[in-house]
Amino acid sequence: METVPFILESLIKVVVVFSVVMLIVAYITLLERKFLGFIQVRLGPNRVGPCGIWQPLADGIKSFFKEDIIPLQADKPLFVMAPMICFFAALSMFAVIPFGDSVYLFGRKIKLVIADVDIGLLYIFALGTLGEYGVVLGGWSSGNKYGVLGALRTAAQMISYEAALGLTLIGTVILAGSLRLTDIVEAQRGVWFIVYQPFAFILYIVAGLAEVNRTPFDMPESESELACGYNIEYSSMKFALFFMAEYAHIVVVAAVATTLFLGGWLGPFLPGPVWFLIKVFFVVFFFIWERATFPRLRYDHVMQFGWKVLFPLALLNVVVTACIVALK
Amino acid sequence: MAETLNMTVNMGPQHPATHGVLRVLLELDGEIIVKATPCIGYLHRGVEKLAETMTYNQALTLTDRLDYTNGLSNNLSYCLAVEKLLDLKIPKRAQYLRVMLAELQRISAHLLWLATHALDIGAMTVFFYAFRERETILGILEQTTGARLTPSFIRVGGLAADIPDTFTASVKTFVDDFPARVDEYETLLTDNIIWKKRTQNIALLSREDALNYGITGPVLRASGVKYDVRKAYPYSSYDDFEFEIPLGRNGDIYDRYVVRLKEMRQSNRIVKQTLEKLPEGPVRAHALTVVSPDKADVQKDIAALIRHFKIMAEGFKTPCGEVYSSVEAPKGELGFYIVSDGTNKPFRMRIRPPSFINLGILPKMAEGLMIADVVAAIGSLDIVLGEIDR
Repeated sequence: METVPFILESLIKVVVVFSVVMLIVAYITLLERKFLGFIQVRLGPNRVGPCGIWQPLADGIKSFFKEDIIPLQADKPLFVMAPMICFFAALSMFAVIPFGDSVYLFGRKIKLVIADVDIGLLYIFALGTLGEYGVVLGGWSSGNKYGVLGALRTAAQMISYEAALGLTLIGTVILAGSLRLTDIVEAQRGVWFIVYQPFAFILYIVAGLAEVNRTPFDMPESESELACGYNIEYSSMKFALFFMAEYAHIVVVAAVATTLFLGGWLGPFLPGPVWFLIKVFFVVFFFIWERATFPRLRYDHVMQFGWKVLFPLALLNVVVTACIVALK
Repeated sequence: MAETLNMTVNMGPQHPATHGVLRVLLELDGEIIVKATPCIGYLHRGVEKLAETMTYNQALTLTDRLDYTNGLSNNLSYCLAVEKLLDLKIPKRAQYLRVMLAELQRISAHLLWLATHALDIGAMTVFFYAFRERETILGILEQTTGARLTPSFIRVGGLAADIPDTFTASVKTFVDDFPARVDEYETLLTDNIIWKKRTQNIALLSREDALNYGITGPVLRASGVKYDVRKAYPYSSYDDFEFEIPLGRNGDIYDRYVVRLKEMRQSNRIVKQTLEKLPEGPVRAHALTVVSPDKADVQKDIAALIRHFKIMAEGFKTPCGEVYSSVEAPKGELGFYIVSDGTNKPFRMRIRPPSFINLGILPKMAEGLMIADVVAAIGSLDIVLGEIDR
């Protein structure tokens, strides 16, 4: 392959994906506030522009101009690095997610994925875990007791739920016979894997909720107990980075669910990327919806549920899937 | 093995879940509470001392600011004490209206509790649902009393004014609507597995402990003790109305939640009955030296004008003596103990705030719980710092 066109193509894809993802992340915050508003008999943001459509911009500008405070007791390098780690990890995960079929432009076959690596799924797990370092380090280095408590909870919760999360996806990998995400999507051309793996899908969504610290698993933050937990000392753009990373992570979890269970970009009539976005949107919508419904679990309940219910069920799912595939 | 040290964490005075400026000093072993010490006094205004420098009518305004979710019951408790001192007879209509207003206020106070308690445990939506109904009640109270938070509407000798024409209609709409709204909250919480896991068998309070610590109100009744001032020592014609006292069995957070929800339904029932039975007549007692005359009379009648100035300027004198009178406030038994030396100001006014006494159980209750449970336990005690610190 010629090097220059390849680099050019990749760069263009990176820029496009980065901008689109940032836009989606920004507008998911608005979407969440709007949906929550409708569920909770109120309006949500409606002051900045029609229906509040410039709200994310206003939020961004606001957090940009806020004073950036670093507490005296904080471990400065780690404190500054933590939100970057989170943000970097969350965004980098988009590199392997395929959002459409190949298209032909200027006589070149262009795959609608930045990097079609053959260990795509492993890459996502690796970076997902890396992102948690940001949260743990952020809480730990801020020199605040609530921050430390938040960090401790994160560390425990992440280890427990990463394991279960990984196991829930093994079933689809067995069915597709590949870790490459484009292969997994192609394998669903006939039937989506959600049909073969309904339990895995449910388990994945539950573990995913824990992975991105959403209610009812929002232990590290738990506003009313730890007064925001790990990000208690963060202000200005650093806080915003944590926030954006969290929402980017939500999109990733939704995108992985789409790719692995809901047939990725596949669908009739509409072009692939549109289908992909629609499916991601539905999963994200579910995440918002359940947030309005559930109270928060207690920390020890979360751990018990993770190890005693989720993990064995995920394991069972893998064993059953493997047996069936082997017997076929 | 290495020795581990417990971590001390200051929960409050600025903490979202301590409901005001309560500071709880937590000694933590991991996430488990070894010791919890409530530190109070951040909102101290010296209400009891202030009252000694004010005439009886002026001191009434201080009571609004005790439990600020519950101005009308505070007014009522204070007025009952002063009226007992004066030996005043209150007209039936005023008594019924007092009951109605106090019960509406109870519903609104319980709604505020439900909203914040659910938010503490992470159920966000209930907060907004409960606030919707609370807004309706505050709207009704505002059109009647002129204030949402500090009504000072129940006065010594009756009420400040009669109700406006629109009052009955808006109360009736609310009362008919309300049971369905409580059902709505219940669908979100009562059978919710997470809610049950977070509240059942947590922060248990035994019957004996509740009695020994002098706990009153829904917290006491959730532990299975049938004590409600409205039934035990009926005041303001409460014995004219039918209502039940909901009781709990285990004395855990869940029981306190259930008891308060049932209480809201009972209060609604009482309001409904007051609407049906409301008699016609004056809303102020006939006591020339205590109750200021009607505004219309003041403009026509020179004697009324003189009385008006006299009562406004120097208040009224009470006979020497001491009285204690209490009502069932949403948080528990709210009592006023007034000592009079025969002048127009109380010689000493002592308040028995239910929140302060209920908070006393927290150190015992919190031992061995987790951080998240302490938040839920504080919420279930339903404390208001305006009343604790006075």
